[in-house]
Amino acid sequence: MPKPEILDPQGQAVTRALARIGISGVADVRQGKHFELEVDDGLDDETLHRIAGDLLANPVIEDWTVTRV
Amino acid sequence: MSGAGMRIGVVTFPGTLDDVDAARAARRAGAEAVELWHGDHDLRGVDAVVVPGGFSYGDYLRAGAIASQAPIMREVVDAAGRGMPVLGICNGFQILCEAGLLPGALVRNAGLHFVCRDQALRVESTSTAWTGGFTAGQEIVVPLKSGEGRYVADAATLAELEAEGRVVFRYVGGAPNGAMADIAGVASADGRVVGLMPHPEHAIDTLTGPTTDGLGLFTSVIGAAAAA
Repeated sequence: MPKPEILDPQGQAVTRALARIGISGVADVRQGKHFELEVDDGLDDETLHRIAGDLLANPVIEDWTVTRV
Repeated sequence: MSGAGMRIGVVTFPGTLDDVDAARAARRAGAEAVELWHGDHDLRGVDAVVVPGGFSYGDYLRAGAIASQAPIMREVVDAAGRGMPVLGICNGFQILCEAGLLPGALVRNAGLHFVCRDQALRVESTSTAWTGGFTAGQEIVVPLKSGEGRYVADAATLAELEAEGRVVFRYVGGAPNGAMADIAGVASADGRVVGLMPHPEHAIDTLTGPTTDGLGLFTSVIGAAAAA
């Protein structure tokens, strides 16, 4: 997800489009990315965070969370 | 070494567009242009590197993100660490930020529109390897063509860049993409690595560009090499 302080014009455009389809009550939209990785059982959390921080996200502008399902 | 025999490498990734113009600019300035391939671990003995514009790897993941991990970039990062001059233009600037050679990041233009126009810039720093031939405060006009050109960095990084004189180019009349502090280009701490969103390599000849102002970056790096 873009960090809170990073202006997200794409999210703002989605917010405006929601009003256009007649939906009210959505104050703000932030647009991010979602990756699904199929990994070996042995892959540890540290490696998953490395994958997220070193490649999938740019820590300068984005925050990330890792969830196992 | 003398500047006359300088070899400037130009990197080509899948999706690079402006390598031909960058090589032409290097030759016009008096250097030899050397083609560098993204998949090689080989800088072919060049004295400086240009990472040109385009849409490397289709801007997949983030603009410049995949290219920053390419084999040739490992070599560029190592060479930059030894002080080799490196210039990133547009997508090349994005790649250098993703590779950690320059601070900050480039994100979607504030207005969401792709901006394509001749853009006035102010040269804020002449103490880099690529701007020594300009005069401080000089205004130049070169094309700007990008959809993700909005420079962002955290407040501490911005303060550091300003305090150390590492904002190299600023948009005149306000940033058309919403860039913080109207920043169009920045430099590394040692001034050897420079990145900018506008395209100096497209402004070396009035037949094909708005001015010849862009040639100054290429003649500057040759001048810096000759003086070394």
